[in-house]
This record gives sequence, structure tokens and C-alpha cells, in this order.
Amino acid sequence: MNEKFFRLKTFEKASYCRYFEEEVIKNLKNKNIKIPTYVSAGQEFIAASIATICEDLKIKPWIFGQHRCHSIYISFGGDKIKLIDELLGRKTGCTRGMGGSASIASKEIKMFGHDGLMGSNGPIGVGACFATNHPTIVFMGDAAAEEDYVLGGLGWASTKNIPLITVVEDNNLSILTEKKVRRNWEMSDVAKSFKMEGYNLNDDPIDLLKHSETFFKKPCLLNVNTNRIYWHAGSGMDGDKTFDRYQEQKKKLGEEAIEIDKRVKNEIEILWKQQLEKQ
Amino acid sequence: METTVRETIKNTTKKHLKENNGLLFGQCLSAVGWVGGTVPELTEKDGLVELSMADVANGGIVAGAGLSKRRPIYVIRYQGFNWFNASIILNYACKSKEIWDVPCPIFIRGIAMEGSIGPVAGSSQHSIYFKMPGIKIISPMTPKEYLIAYNDFMKNDDVMYVSEHRGSYGNSEELNDSIADDLDLVLFPISITRFEAQKAKKQLEKEGYKIGIANILWIKPFHIKKEWEKAVIKSKFGGIVLDDDFTQGVASNLAYELMKKTKKNFEVMGLKNKSAGFSKDTDNLPPSYKDIISKCKEIIKKKK
Ligand SMILES: Cc1ncc(C[n+]2csc(CCOP(=O)(O)OP(=O)(O)O)c2C)c(N)n1
Repeated sequence: MNEKFFRLKTFEKASYCRYFEEEVIKNLKNKNIKIPTYVSAGQEFIAASIATICEDLKIKPWIFGQHRCHSIYISFGGDKIKLIDELLGRKTGCTRGMGGSASIASKEIKMFGHDGLMGSNGPIGVGACFATNHPTIVFMGDAAAEEDYVLGGLGWASTKNIPLITVVEDNNLSILTEKKVRRNWEMSDVAKSFKMEGYNLNDDPIDLLKHSETFFKKPCLLNVNTNRIYWHAGSGMDGDKTFDRYQEQKKKLGEEAIEIDKRVKNEIEILWKQQLEKQ
Repeated sequence: METTVRETIKNTTKKHLKENNGLLFGQCLSAVGWVGGTVPELTEKDGLVELSMADVANGGIVAGAGLSKRRPIYVIRYQGFNWFNASIILNYACKSKEIWDVPCPIFIRGIAMEGSIGPVAGSSQHSIYFKMPGIKIISPMTPKEYLIAYNDFMKNDDVMYVSEHRGSYGNSEELNDSIADDLDLVLFPISITRFEAQKAKKQLEKEGYKIGIANILWIKPFHIKKEWEKAVIKSKFGGIVLDDDFTQGVASNLAYELMKKTKKNFEVMGLKNKSAGFSKDTDNLPPSYKDIISKCKEIIKKKK
């Protein structure tokens, strides 16, 4: 894939995610959204890059996310209007108001819901991938990855050599507890010890692209270091010093990215406004 | 020779894998005895899948397989292992249809046995599943009942917990209700206690007591048949629910439903409120026919 095309395509997806989340923040603040909400701003380049790679491979994977999953849903083509409705608690939402922010799902994009027990999507994704032999992606956080059942599932995925990618979105935090307080090991090493491909990388799209050679050919795990801009749940911020991949990419890509950014911002703002006006 | 429960399970499973593209998951399936002779001697190519010893993850793996169209059967060798295996099944597979409109059918074969096997491996644990939504629970003890369970599973798209007992594997006979209008007491036995209930009834009748039996096959949903209701209402002393699990679960709940419906007194018998040890003296066993006889006599004497 042409590198520039990949970067811009990924940036566009990330832009949809970012402005969607900015609207979520506004609507959390003004209390239009009344449920616990897990914003993925800051982490969007992971799902955006992997979705762009899948599109290039012409693969529509089965997707198993966890609670912080708006960017996954949007990057893989989930209907944004249905997600707005879901967050507003409407019957027209992508899971009819049942899933809220944390348990969204979409039959159209083959994204399966999450039950709220962090990491359960690990073994569930492994089982689905084994039973169907269909390319499958499991997305989880760095804390979820510590769950014993995640590790058991990964070991078995390696043994069975299934077309599975496990993506650890490593924002270094379990709510507010840092990784170094919880453990002295890395998931990429765990993967390697299970005899599967294991990588530790940044959420720079080019880094992700470089590590995509074995995608769906054998099981692999990507531990992707990233940053969460907002609080674990809700609209607060811990400070404004958090590194922001979106701003970095926008600067790096220049004019074309600025154009995309403007267009998408406008489009998403209108989308939310229209949905909010509907009762 | 008549077909036993064992052969019925084995033949049904073989058909499930060979003809329905099904899957069967479990631990050490091909080890000694092929799960009491209930698992056909097939390979992973045929859909017979050996899992690792990661029990909690395994429940998740099977839940994931439930999302495919392959309707996994999951063998849990001792029902006590459900404490680890059931968590993702109950919290994901059982809720998937309701929350996301995505069915996740799984046929869970929980196998009970007892007698000097300690605090985890002994007896039934269907009560673990009972309180949660999105699950059917059935405890077949005869060949026909096993087919009822399997056919219901194939016709619908529910998660089904099949509370089996090794003590039934050699059985080839059907167990019928015996209900009348002039009974002293009606026994409502579940699982292996159904065989003991038959023995108890026979003995008590020899002594002049009138005892009815209403076999509980479906634990959830629990449907009180009209003729059961009538027999209990007309009985002198109500009934007893007999279980192979601790009484403070399924047995008490079903007794409550029966009591509400009939306004008659119900007692429960099952495992005692203690951990089972390995020795004969410290074991915790389901009610034997002798225990059932004593309880029946005690109720009848007290109320007379
Ligand atoms: C089994 C289980 N234990 C604990 C929790 C409580 N909990 C919810 S989110 C969370 C932290 C998740 O962190 P991580 O997996 O890294 O994802 P992130 O929130 O950073 O995206 C915890 C501990 C839970 N939901 N499930």
C-alpha cells in the first residue's frame, strides 16, 4: 500500500473518531449523555490504522472490543448515527439502548459486544476464531490483558495456530493505577513465551503498518503504547500535557490533513446536531 | 440389547459432529474411558477438540465458538469445575441474545458422580446456573430424556445446562411419574435421586403408605404439570423436593414455586450444608432411599 495514501486514509478515520469523541465530551458535560461513557480520544490511531490495513487486505475481520470501543466501531465502519442514539439511550441505538457505551456491537461490521468483565473478550475471540477459522481481532486494554483467562486463551490460540490478532491498547493505566505498580512484565514477552509473534510498539500508524506482515497468517499480539486524553470514564482530563498522536500526525501530514480535519469536524458536528434535534 | 443413556449420548454426539458440523470441547476427552464411554472416539478433524487446562478461559473459548453456527457441546467432567468454567458462559453466552440479538447456543454437559471424591468433584452443581437469565437447565436420566434435551437444543438457540449423572449412564429404562388422587406425599426428585425415590416408594408402599413421584426433568424453566398440582393439592401431607445439589439452591426454589401453587407444605432434601470429605464418614451424599423413607415417615407422623 502506498505509504502516503495509508497515512491519509488512517488520519481520516482517526479524525472521525476524534471529532465523534469531542462531541461525546460536550454531551457528557451538558448531561445529554447520562450513562458511564468510555472515551477513546488519544488512542484512535490504533483502530484506525488496523482498520485501514484490513481494508487494504480486503479482510472483514470479526471484532471483539472491550469497554473503550467507540474508535474501533467507527474505524471499522460502524454506523455513527446508531452510536449517537445508543449513547443517548434510544431504541434506535446500535444495541437498542442495552449496550450503552461499554457494550456496543454491530452485526453489519461483525463487531461483537462486551459483557463488562474486562478481558473476557480475549478467550471469546479465540473461540470464535477457532470455530470459524475467520480472521479475528481482539482489542483490550493493558489491564484487561492481565486477566488470567486472557493468558489461558492466548496460549491456546498459539497452540491452535489460528488467524487471530490480539491488540493491547496500552495506555499504561488501569483506571488510574499505572502499569509499573501492577506488574514487571510486558505482554509482548508473554506472547513470545507462548511461541507467538509478540511486538511492543507505538501507535504511530507507520509502526503498525510495519508490523502487519503476519496479520491473520498466524496468531500475533501487538502491545501498542498509546495515551488516553480523558478520564477513564466521563469527560474530565488529568492535565493538558498528554502526548496527542492526532495533533502530531496532523502537523506531520500538513495541508491535506488540515483539510480532512476541517471537513470531518464539520460533518460530525452536523451529525450530532441533527440527531440531538430528533426526539 | 436396549440402548443405554451412555450409548444415546455417544451416538447423538457422533451425529452432531459428523452430520451437523458440530464441535465438542473438553479436557482430557480422549483419556482413559472417553468420559465414561459417552464421547465417540473421534479426532479434532471431526470436531472433537481438546482444550488446555485453563478452565476459566475454556468457558470463554466455548462461548466464542457458540457465536459460530457450530453449536458446541462442552464437557465439564465434574460439576464442581463449573465454579471456574461457568463465569464467561453465564455472563456472555447467556446474555448475548438478549443484549445484542446474537444467539450463542451451547450444550453444556455437566457430569456428576459421588462417593469418596471430595469437596469439588462430588454431586451436582446446577444451582450455580439457576439464578441467572438466559439459560435452560435440564437433568436427563433416561435415553428418551437425553434426546429431548438434545432436540430442544437443536431446535432453539439457547444455552442449555445438561445436569448429567454418571449413575444414569447404564440406565436404559424410562422413569415414569406415578400420580394419584389419594396420596400421602408426592416426591419431586431431580437427577440421581430419581432412582432412590423409586426404591423408597416401593418400600413405603409395602408398609402401607401412599407415595407419588413427579419426576423433575426440566429444572429451568420449571413448569408445574396440572396433574402434579392436582395430586399435591389432594395429598394429605404435600411433597418433598429431592436434589443432588445443596438444598439452598434449586431444591428450595422449586419447593417455593410448588408451595405457592398448591398451598401445601413442601420439604427439601439434598446435600447437607457442609463440605464433603473423602472418607466414608465425612462424605456429603444425596439422600438415599433410606433417608427418603425416614423423612417421609417423619412428616407423616408429625402431621397425623
Ligand atoms: C473482571 C473485571 N474486573 C474489574 C473490572 C473493573 N474495571 C473496569 S475498567 C478497568 C480498567 C481497565 O483498564 P484497561 O483494560 O487497561 O482498559 P482502559 O480502561 O485503559 O481502556 C477495571 C479494573 C471489570 N470491569 N471487570
